[in-house]
Amino acid sequence: MSGSDLESTHRTVERVARESYGRLVAYLSSHTRDVASAEDALSNALVKALTTWPRDGVPENPEAWLLTTARHSIIDHVRHQQVADAGEPTLLLLREESKEPNMTLSTEFPDERLKLLFVCAHPAIDPAMHTPLMLQTVLGLDAVRIAHAFLVSPTTMGQRLVRAKTKIRDGGIRFEVPQERDLPQRLDAVLEAIYAAFGLGWDDMAGVDQRGRDLAEEAIWLARVLLQLMPGEAEVHGLLALMIHCEARRAARRGPDGRFVPLSEQDSRQWSFPLIEEAERHLAEAASRGRSGRFQLAAAIQSVHAERARSGRTEWVAIMMFYEQLIRISPTLGTRTGYAAAVGEAKGPEAGLAVLDEIAPDDVSAYQPYWAVRAHLLQRLGRTSEAADAFDRAIGLAEDPAVRQFLLQKRG
Amino acid sequence: MQFALLIFESPKAFAARNSDENDPYLGAWRAYHKALVEAGVYIGGNPLQAPETGTTVRIKDGKRHVQDGPFADAKEQLGGFTILELPSLDEALEWAARCPAASVGAVEVRPVSSEYLRRVTG
Repeated sequence: MSGSDLESTHRTVERVARESYGRLVAYLSSHTRDVASAEDALSNALVKALTTWPRDGVPENPEAWLLTTARHSIIDHVRHQQVADAGEPTLLLLREESKEPNMTLSTEFPDERLKLLFVCAHPAIDPAMHTPLMLQTVLGLDAVRIAHAFLVSPTTMGQRLVRAKTKIRDGGIRFEVPQERDLPQRLDAVLEAIYAAFGLGWDDMAGVDQRGRDLAEEAIWLARVLLQLMPGEAEVHGLLALMIHCEARRAARRGPDGRFVPLSEQDSRQWSFPLIEEAERHLAEAASRGRSGRFQLAAAIQSVHAERARSGRTEWVAIMMFYEQLIRISPTLGTRTGYAAAVGEAKGPEAGLAVLDEIAPDDVSAYQPYWAVRAHLLQRLGRTSEAADAFDRAIGLAEDPAVRQFLLQKRG
Repeated sequence: MQFALLIFESPKAFAARNSDENDPYLGAWRAYHKALVEAGVYIGGNPLQAPETGTTVRIKDGKRHVQDGPFADAKEQLGGFTILELPSLDEALEWAARCPAASVGAVEVRPVSSEYLRRVTG
């Protein structure tokens, strides 16, 4: 086989791995509840593909080939470990195997990714691990990349992932879509975890540090997978609308020299209109379901910001009103800070400051957005020395050098 | 629990210490220090003078070896340290990411070994 053929086979393996990873892990682990062994089996199968496909050619249905090979790998592994302690789930897998002897020829197997998403965001799993688990099991991201995004050491992230998977296997967490009664709460945890991967702050009007996690594309991908599996859920559309609206402004967030450009100073011609339109379609779809929710409200706020591209002005009163509704459902530090910023624009800086003053000082000692908004409002009131103090806090808490530079300039 | 943030800086960052009051790196450090103090996590720390001012001492076979400059010849050199009191490594890494040196050099986070300190100090 020639070099270029080999290369193209490698690319095929990579593509199949990327597209099918989550589907295969979900299907394999839904029988055994053992996510870690499903992942191991799949990586064995991928290694085998790299050696046999160049020799024998790419199978007609690569995904089914990987599934069969991974399944054999799990079964072999269990046999090596002595069948005595194999347990029921693996016996189920074996039975499944005998039922479908021609798996390589069948083209369809059930998509169990939705169950896997609910398992990853199960209340019995540490909430901080929901997102990393999803990124690894559904998208196949490695622990190192996830560790970078979440600011922990790669070794620690690896250990935490192993621990969480052990909990899934041994803790009796069921691979199932929650019942109607539990669905809203459980779905919210899934949405929250996807949004956490997106990692963007609420807004960026006053020089607020973006917790850029470099996973925006992965988060949008996860949300699209979820939408495909639950097309009728308004909040899934809401989450997608929110993320896509933010994504539409990516190019405008930095000047040509790399400097930070806050939302209010962004050139709206640099926004992506196809993305804005897509976000608006999701928002309309969500609204047609007649069930409001926090992601739809957050997306609605972004939608008002996007409207500036057409009207040339920002309707702060509308934004303020959406925030009022959002605070009722989700009174987080981020929401309250965003609300204060909106009130500051709609009713004046004094009113905005009053909203900030209601937040307990202990909650904000290390919360950058609060200080950035506070500095901005104090500066508008001409309270220069207090503003300088608040700017210092915002600068000191910023992680992004461009945001730091921007705030240093504003501080004067 | 105490953590040491070991600040590693490039020759350029060391050189920037001689620039005027409006230097953005200096401004960022001032703000960072203020944020650490106001958040109630700051225990102490100090910047160090440039690596060239260092002298390394070793005793080998009973003989003194004295070398100009730092122990290792690396691109980034120890430029200072900060000691923080924090609940866990997660918070220490957050503060390390905010450190102005993290975006131009590197910040190593090490837990202070209070157990060893007890054995040493008795």
